[in-house]
Amino acid sequence: MKSRAGAAIGGAFAVGLLAILGWAGFAPIDKPASREEVFEIPQGTWARRMAGDLVDILPNEIRLTLGVNDVLLLRNLDDVPQTFGPALMMPGQSFRLPFEVASEYQFACTAHASGQMTVIVYPEPSTPWRRIAWRVREQWSKLKA
Amino acid sequence: MTSRPTTTRRNFQHPKGRRAVLGLLCAIGLATLSASAGAAAPALKAGVFDPPRVAPDFSLQGSGGAPLKLSDYRGRVVLLGFGFTSCPDVCPTTLSVLAAARKKLGAAASDAQVIYLTVDPERDTAARMKQYLGTFDPTFVGGTGTVDQMAAVRKDYGIQAEKKVFGNNYMVAHSSYVYLIDRKGALRALMPYGHTPDDYVHDLRVLLSE
Repeated sequence: MKSRAGAAIGGAFAVGLLAILGWAGFAPIDKPASREEVFEIPQGTWARRMAGDLVDILPNEIRLTLGVNDVLLLRNLDDVPQTFGPALMMPGQSFRLPFEVASEYQFACTAHASGQMTVIVYPEPSTPWRRIAWRVREQWSKLKA
Repeated sequence: MTSRPTTTRRNFQHPKGRRAVLGLLCAIGLATLSASAGAAAPALKAGVFDPPRVAPDFSLQGSGGAPLKLSDYRGRVVLLGFGFTSCPDVCPTTLSVLAAARKKLGAAASDAQVIYLTVDPERDTAARMKQYLGTFDPTFVGGTGTVDQMAAVRKDYGIQAEKKVFGNNYMVAHSSYVYLIDRKGALRALMPYGHTPDDYVHDLRVLLSE
């Protein structure tokens, strides 16, 4: 009796896992309305820095996915020029950088203590395995946040 | 049912009403035109500045021996890069890509000028830059100056350059992207390192067609 119950539970678990994997691999990705990943330097950032406040503007690592969010949009809303990622931007200026190749990109960036900013661009989740990997990454980043 | 056309006609015939309708039609026409122009403008492969600013001018020593001023190149599309002649990897790659892009562009390349400014003015003389750049494309123009002059230009363009000393020698770690400056002298875009000649050709065609 015990072994039958165990087998039933194991079978149900396997079916459930297959169902989840099937959904993760074959269900279409919900693409956002815009492919832009937006980061802004708020007004007053320079003043806050001058006052000794270590303002964190950009994450050290930005992860993008081709076909989902593959455009980096940086905006300088501050009153002074800012070097943001690779670009020197004047007040009120924005910089829109599209990515077409999955790779890891290193940019010099004075907004970071390391002086480096990394942009990781993942391939388009166009196959079942890539969709599964994309969903796992998404869930993982949500959990970390 | 009958009052609406009457009211409409009366308003249209009234000078003020007619002006209002004409104004509205003009506004709709302009909005349609600007929307279609915006939709038709092809996106660049490079990162785009919005709004673009005027590319800061500079007056340096050109590799050809004559003074080098950016503003002298108004009317042409300028590809502005920063590097140094002793660079082992990034600069040779970038310059090879730019040379290949110019070749692919064909006759239109005569309106595209590559300007390469040194981040190592202590070693890069005008003559050395001419010899170095000429190995990639004889039309490339180099620029050098005093340490202070070059630092000021780098600051204007947000270029990072840091000397790394190795024994008796040194290298310069530097920003590796190329600026795209349009015919009017506006700093339109920034092409990160790693893009192909075809990407440059695509963007040059867009900017040259303006």
